[in-house]
Amino acid sequence: MSDSATAPKRRLPQINPVWVLLTVLVVAIIFMNPRFIEPTGYMNFLKRAAPLAILAAGQVYVITSGGFDLSVGSLITLVVVGSSMLTNNDPTATYWVIPLMLAMGLGVGAVNGLVVCFLRVPSLIATLGMMITLNGLAFLWSGGAPRGYLPDTFRFFGRELIRDVPLVRFIPVSVIVLVVVVGLLAWLMHRTNLGRQVHAIGDNPVAARLAGVAVNRVRITAFMLSGLSAAIAGILLGGFAGVSTDVGSGYELQAITAAVLGGAQLLGGRGSVPAALGGALALTAIFTLLNFLGLPQPVRQVVQGLILIAAVAFAMHRRRQTGT
Amino acid sequence: MTDPVIEMQGITKSFPGVRALSGVSFGVRPGEVQALVGENGAGKSTLIKILSGVYQADAGEVRMNGEAVHFVHPVESLRAGIAVIYQEFSLLPERTVAQNLFLGREPRTRFGLIDSAKMRADTREVLALFAAAGRIDPDRTVGELDVATQQVVEIAKAVSTGARVVVMDEPTAALNEAECEELFATVDTLRARGVAIIYITHRMREITRLADRVTVLKDGEVAARFDEVPAPDAIVRAMVGRDIADFYAPPATPEEIGDPVLTVRGAGNAMLHQIDLDVRAGEIVGLAGIQGAGRVALAMALFGETPFEHGQVTLNGERVSFQTPRSAILGGIGLLPGDRKSEGLVLMQSVRDNGMLTSRAFAPLWSSDRRNAFTDRARMDALLDHMEIRAASYDQDIRALSGGNQQKAIVARWLSMRPKLLIFIEPTRGIDVNSKAGIYHLMRDLAREGAGILMISSDLPEVIGAADRVLVMQEGRIAAEFPHGATEQDIMHAATGETGVAA
Repeated sequence: MSDSATAPKRRLPQINPVWVLLTVLVVAIIFMNPRFIEPTGYMNFLKRAAPLAILAAGQVYVITSGGFDLSVGSLITLVVVGSSMLTNNDPTATYWVIPLMLAMGLGVGAVNGLVVCFLRVPSLIATLGMMITLNGLAFLWSGGAPRGYLPDTFRFFGRELIRDVPLVRFIPVSVIVLVVVVGLLAWLMHRTNLGRQVHAIGDNPVAARLAGVAVNRVRITAFMLSGLSAAIAGILLGGFAGVSTDVGSGYELQAITAAVLGGAQLLGGRGSVPAALGGALALTAIFTLLNFLGLPQPVRQVVQGLILIAAVAFAMHRRRQTGT
Repeated sequence: MTDPVIEMQGITKSFPGVRALSGVSFGVRPGEVQALVGENGAGKSTLIKILSGVYQADAGEVRMNGEAVHFVHPVESLRAGIAVIYQEFSLLPERTVAQNLFLGREPRTRFGLIDSAKMRADTREVLALFAAAGRIDPDRTVGELDVATQQVVEIAKAVSTGARVVVMDEPTAALNEAECEELFATVDTLRARGVAIIYITHRMREITRLADRVTVLKDGEVAARFDEVPAPDAIVRAMVGRDIADFYAPPATPEEIGDPVLTVRGAGNAMLHQIDLDVRAGEIVGLAGIQGAGRVALAMALFGETPFEHGQVTLNGERVSFQTPRSAILGGIGLLPGDRKSEGLVLMQSVRDNGMLTSRAFAPLWSSDRRNAFTDRARMDALLDHMEIRAASYDQDIRALSGGNQQKAIVARWLSMRPKLLIFIEPTRGIDVNSKAGIYHLMRDLAREGAGILMISSDLPEVIGAADRVLVMQEGRIAAEFPHGATEQDIMHAATGETGVAA
């Protein structure tokens, strides 16, 4: 075989390009705003990135399993709107509303998965339908005008800081949530049977089934984890950004962009949770830079669209070169 | 003796990391059939692609009628009179036979319109050369024709373009016995017309029947050249590079064969009828038959992928009725699919992940991927080592491995599950000869450890050599049974239903 000849070349440490991109962007931010290296700078950055990073870590499960989850943006909206309706300014309600919202995320994911597995609707369409449905539900629930506030007990996760921490002075609660959730999802994806099987069904569902993989169970689980991550992201965003009926809009594509920036293979078979985190941070860094440059919101959308296309084109180029 | 129409000299071609051909010389004369044989990966296809201009040689020269030629595109070689008939045809399925034959060079009337009448007449004239002519209506669309007839049209097209060299790449791969005979007649016709034919095949029978000369490639070099067709053994020895006495593992002795692990009585579904089948512990049962005879359908019915709708199946003494592969695996059945890439492998995952796939599928979703009830990383690595899988590392993507090594990784997947019945579908398709021997011995080892083995194969010598007993299927039924040592003729007759004798 030719392996012996090419093996040394392959053993060079392969750095995922997303980390290079992120480093360049962070250096650029520091260059434009030296205060970024202080805790207030980077902690606020991480706090802002947390919902997207969690969402991307969930999305990467669905992408690796060979699908898309477009419903997460409107699921975020539904979580925020629903929480504000259910808590109704009662601080003690938080303790049952949050578990309920997490359950709702799992439930929406389960429905997505069931529709894809048993009704054989392609995930792109199934979750697009779910996205529109959930948006409508959020409007109906709030009557189009959501009551403005969530209790502070609820906003704790998205807004509060833990002070007097050595070295960094303070840590936002959302950053702790980010570390815990992404850490758990990374472990599940890369160290458990579930993660290996998510890869397998995205790579070749027929081979996976003939090897005994419970393809539907794994696929539904992937959608449920994506739904759960959307509910968590919604809880953070509710605390962070407040209540509105468009709080989650656009997040689904940002999450997909982040996962793809992290090298997740569209149509399945490859995906990494840490790299999706890197993708989410890089995307947030790009938005931060555009902000510094004083570019308006629509430019952000143009840039995001171009990044998505460029990231996929780059991945395809690399795949051709490695001879897939 | 006539001069060669094609002469290739000192052809060398490398791909990144592999030397596909080194210093190969090869020629063919008008009016002869030159058989080009060799194992997969020996360099046959590369040589043909250089001849037809798909690839360019790194060194060496191609001469046509004594003049050096440099084709850089298949269209150029086609214009020069070299037609390659690949296994996948280049015909347009939605067009008629006549339209395909004259594609791009349709006869015109005075007004510049296509002269359909002349085209039809010319088509009949070309087709008249072939035995199958009577069956072919020039106005039928090609997609409606069966594979054998499409092949005739493809060859007729080559002839009508005035090809003087026709290359056929394993042309009988998808044909039944009668169709093969027709193809041989077609080849004879071409030869009589002075066409030079390069005939690529694995099958000794075809070489004996058709070839005037034989060139054997091995590892990118000419291993042997025969100006007269020798005994098959000599060709095989040249292909393999060693004697093949120990190629197949010895058959089971009567003591090694135990009680039935699988018993099927009167089972069937839409594709299968009245299946009665026994597979005993320690026994390798071969399942032969032509394409579509129901061999794969039987495997998939046993495995629960397309379940039986009636009848009884007993596995290790228990009545079973598997509705999914997952339940069949739990019951103790393993299956190696016939198409490694589309049904067997998860190509973007590592060698080890492919080996551990099934054991992980039956372990709790949330538990560690390193260790489960069936195996763990160290044991899987030891198993892969034991099977002598050649990989830079077991963390490497499996798609970079050769077919034989990929197949062994799938076998490893099942070994860790210790199945009672293991079904192999085309276990050695597309893998090199040494890996083949490895797979045969592995099958025998498994049988010795008490598993029953059902082996489906289209390769008759393999079925005969590796199995203790051969069942022949035809039209969804088990048509005949032969003990070890049956001849290819016996099996072929039973498979095509030409005679009803069963042993």
